[in-house]
Amino acid sequence: MRWLLLKDLRILRRSRLLVALLIVYPVAIALLIGFAISRSPARAHVAIVDETPPGETVKLGSQRVAISQYATQLFSQVDSVRVASRAQAIAKVKSGAVIAAVVIPPNIAARLSSATEQAQLEVLYNGDALEQSLVRSTLDSAIAQANLGFSEQIQQAAAKAIAALLQGGNLGILGAPENLIGLNRIPRTLNAIIARQPRGQTRTELERVAAFAGFAAQNLTLSKRVLTTISQPIKVKSSLLKGRRTPLNTFAVVVAVSVSLMFVCVLLAAGGVALEREERALGRLVRGLVSRELLLAEKGLLAAGCAFVVALAMLGGVGAFVPLDWGRAGLWLVALAFGAIAFAALGVAIGALAREVRAASLLAFLLSLPLAFLALVPSGSVSGGFYEAIKVISFVFPFRAALQALDAAVNGSSPALSGTVVHLIGLTLFFGALARLGLRSAE
Amino acid sequence: MSAVLSVRALAKRYGELRALADVSFEMQAGETVAVIGPNGAGKTTLLSIVAGVQQPSTGSVSRDAREVGWVPQQPALYAKLSVKENLELFARLEKLADPAAAVRRMLEQTGLADRASEPVGRLSGGNRQRVNVALGLIADPPVLALDEPSASLDPAQRARLWAFIGGLSAAGTAVLFSTHSVGEARRHADRLLVLAGGRLLLDGSPAELAAAGAPGDDLEQALVRFLAERGAAESGGGA
Repeated sequence: MRWLLLKDLRILRRSRLLVALLIVYPVAIALLIGFAISRSPARAHVAIVDETPPGETVKLGSQRVAISQYATQLFSQVDSVRVASRAQAIAKVKSGAVIAAVVIPPNIAARLSSATEQAQLEVLYNGDALEQSLVRSTLDSAIAQANLGFSEQIQQAAAKAIAALLQGGNLGILGAPENLIGLNRIPRTLNAIIARQPRGQTRTELERVAAFAGFAAQNLTLSKRVLTTISQPIKVKSSLLKGRRTPLNTFAVVVAVSVSLMFVCVLLAAGGVALEREERALGRLVRGLVSRELLLAEKGLLAAGCAFVVALAMLGGVGAFVPLDWGRAGLWLVALAFGAIAFAALGVAIGALAREVRAASLLAFLLSLPLAFLALVPSGSVSGGFYEAIKVISFVFPFRAALQALDAAVNGSSPALSGTVVHLIGLTLFFGALARLGLRSAE
Repeated sequence: MSAVLSVRALAKRYGELRALADVSFEMQAGETVAVIGPNGAGKTTLLSIVAGVQQPSTGSVSRDAREVGWVPQQPALYAKLSVKENLELFARLEKLADPAAAVRRMLEQTGLADRASEPVGRLSGGNRQRVNVALGLIADPPVLALDEPSASLDPAQRARLWAFIGGLSAAGTAVLFSTHSVGEARRHADRLLVLAGGRLLLDGSPAELAAAGAPGDDLEQALVRFLAERGAAESGGGA
């Protein structure tokens, strides 16, 4: 095996373009995937036309909520571009400078204050189906967030008005009497008067009024809480059932490293085995000089070793920018080693079955890329039957198991490293056997 | 005189396809035997089984694969390695006692000493074939099997190759080669094995094959007639 290894390393050293491609391409793909996962989408450029008069407010009892606050909420959800008129907004959408424009009409305050008519925003956009879908979902979300923020302002104003009714004092409304008695104080005041009244019709009437005042005060207190509930009917409380909470950026590192590990390993192993056939050296080797099993093991170990070094260097390099738990570095080595060996087994199987270097490389690419993407499909994002099919495919190929092993090693997430390592060993044996079958003929 | 190679009742099947059926022959040390026949006759299959590249379905070969030098039709070499590195690799894999000496010997014998450090991928077809032959001979085997060794060579290269093989034969190596050229077989072989449809139709001297033809026929015409009489000419007849 030593001489074969030396021969392959010598050939690799003389194939600089191939080695560069083998390293640069997977690392580039891995970084792209990593960035795509770890970065939240860029905020959409949206033109906003606020046609409301400056200082326009919505009146709620004694309180006033400025419409400009709604616009502020909306601006914070998108990358907003303020424009002065509807015509300018249309021009910006048409030129592609913004993906959409939102027009806040001048009558929005009047409609909100009327409590009988719903206020309306106008959204202008164009583009293809994909762009339209993006605009709809982005703006729906942004407007929902702005509505929520604005309704909180309204709820606070309403709560303040209710508090004034309960506590008494000055309502601050023009023409309203000053130093009003609060609803909370009426029952006590009335009860003091009732105590001095003789039994009879008047006392009974006063008792009914006091009871009503008490009931009204209690219910107004309750209505303050109801207002809060209406402004945000459902709050989310999330609990993680198993594993550790994995930050998205460290998971992205794990994905990027796993993709690199897979590409380097599978391509190198597949190409190495196929090259022996293409150079017609296989027949010469397996006629008593080297057993087929040893040849496959040598190709697998070479590919796994190279991929291990690339992946470890990548993990260490990325670790300089993303906080990783270096105390778990021993586990990284275990996960990378078993992942690399399983990928190498897949690679030698491809090389043994494909017979030509070009066919083997193409097959390795065609197989590896979808495997990576399928393994990243979250449950619930596709139909149940399709997800089950994805699970089966991901189970019989090493990418998901290697990803889980590395995620467990780096982030301590579940499933545990030991379970995924056993899975990887099983896959190594399966693909190793497939490779041996593919190498039956030395022709 | 005891045989240096005995092939007994060799048969090879690929599923339903019969590639070889009941082929038996022997070779003596220093003997040169040519395997001829139409395309698909089983020549390459026979040689690759003798060389241990393939296993027979039934039958046996007296020599271990390591004792038979193998020169496939297409050079089986690593293009990125130099002539010397290719020879060294196989000398090591053959576990020769003195690999460096074996490499030196082969470079001298094949006249490639001055090209030793050149990558094989840059050599001409003829020189590549010389390295291919050198790899087959590096372990100094008693039997050498060559599959159409002169197929890709020009006349001058062919002449050099046959002179080299003649030298090996004179030194006692038993040489078994396949060829499509009847003239080449007549010139360089002591004995002919005529294969067709996987069956051994003749094991004899060129003169015995010539006797199968009509008066005035050359050896190639005699072979065509011989195959036609046995209903085997249409399977190729290009020999």
